[in-house]
Amino acid sequence: MNTESMTEIWVYLSAQPLLWLTLTLAVYLLALALHRRAKGHPVVNPVLVSVSILVILLMVTGTPYQRYFDGAQFVHFLLGPTTVALAVPLHAQLKRLLAMGGPLLIALVVGSLTAGLSAYAIGALLGASTPTVISLAPKSVTTPIAMGVAERLGGLASLTAVFVILTGIFGAIFADGILRRLGVKDDASIGFALGLASHGIGTARAFQLSEQTGAFAALAMGLNGLFTAITLPWLLPLLTPLLK
Amino acid sequence: MIAAFALLLVFQLAGEALRVALHLPVPGPVIGMGLLLVYLIARRGPSESLRTTSGTLLQNLSLMFIPAGTGVMLHGARLFDEAGPILVALVASTVLGLAATGLTLHFLTRKNKQEGPR
Repeated sequence: MNTESMTEIWVYLSAQPLLWLTLTLAVYLLALALHRRAKGHPVVNPVLVSVSILVILLMVTGTPYQRYFDGAQFVHFLLGPTTVALAVPLHAQLKRLLAMGGPLLIALVVGSLTAGLSAYAIGALLGASTPTVISLAPKSVTTPIAMGVAERLGGLASLTAVFVILTGIFGAIFADGILRRLGVKDDASIGFALGLASHGIGTARAFQLSEQTGAFAALAMGLNGLFTAITLPWLLPLLTPLLK
Repeated sequence: MIAAFALLLVFQLAGEALRVALHLPVPGPVIGMGLLLVYLIARRGPSESLRTTSGTLLQNLSLMFIPAGTGVMLHGARLFDEAGPILVALVASTVLGLAATGLTLHFLTRKNKQEGPR
């Protein structure tokens, strides 16, 4: 095959959703294999590895993100039904979750306020611009809620999505190490902290640890999404004058 | 497997409908998760096919964040310009959030913890 016909095939295929959908799955399978080879070491995080490879691939081939997303959106769509499916492990752990109802709610309020307000305060004190700081505040909650909250407060929804993903990856990599160092070793506390601070990506990490850990993470993700959506829009304006 | 997948979509759809109808601040799939939980309580557990389908999807939850995550490439300039404050704020607040949540729950449940499950 000569280069001319190779180029022709590439030009055709790279404009098709099929290519980028297939590459997304292939890169994910490669990242999973690396994750397994590293014996599940959290730094070899499947999201981080896949995103890094894909960004390089898109930049090298000069493919705009929108064209990539035309193919990848089919995978993106599965996020919805998979979020619904979190009810199944939640139901399996229901007795334990209900027995711990009080402590879980207190941990939710303490953790959610700490994560959201500290992001806002630290960003503001270090001199980040106002849209950046507002976009930082909801970064611990699941993407659609975070984007909605940021937009309502005057942040940038798409920038928030980036912060949410970065927070998720950071939490997924370091959470169990940090918590173990602090003496927190039970699956309920690790799972709940992971889901609260690092939403779905943290929850994905929690499911790698055990199904129980995953159930607590799923619960924390849902509760923190709800709690943040309700409290942050009136808490942030109260905090703003204190940091000026 | 298709029946179980359809069931998940039905609950997502119901969640979206409720969100729009009642102007709720929570996304449709999260409401759908709550509705499915109520259904599972009423039905005393999932069917075998719902259990396996959910299990397969949840084991690959990481995959579903890849398309949105790749969107990082759209924000290169701002991330670069404000890299310092962004990095410190993200890392510090996430560590604080993890520690506050984990330690609170750990201390509140410590006394009735006879055995660390797993």
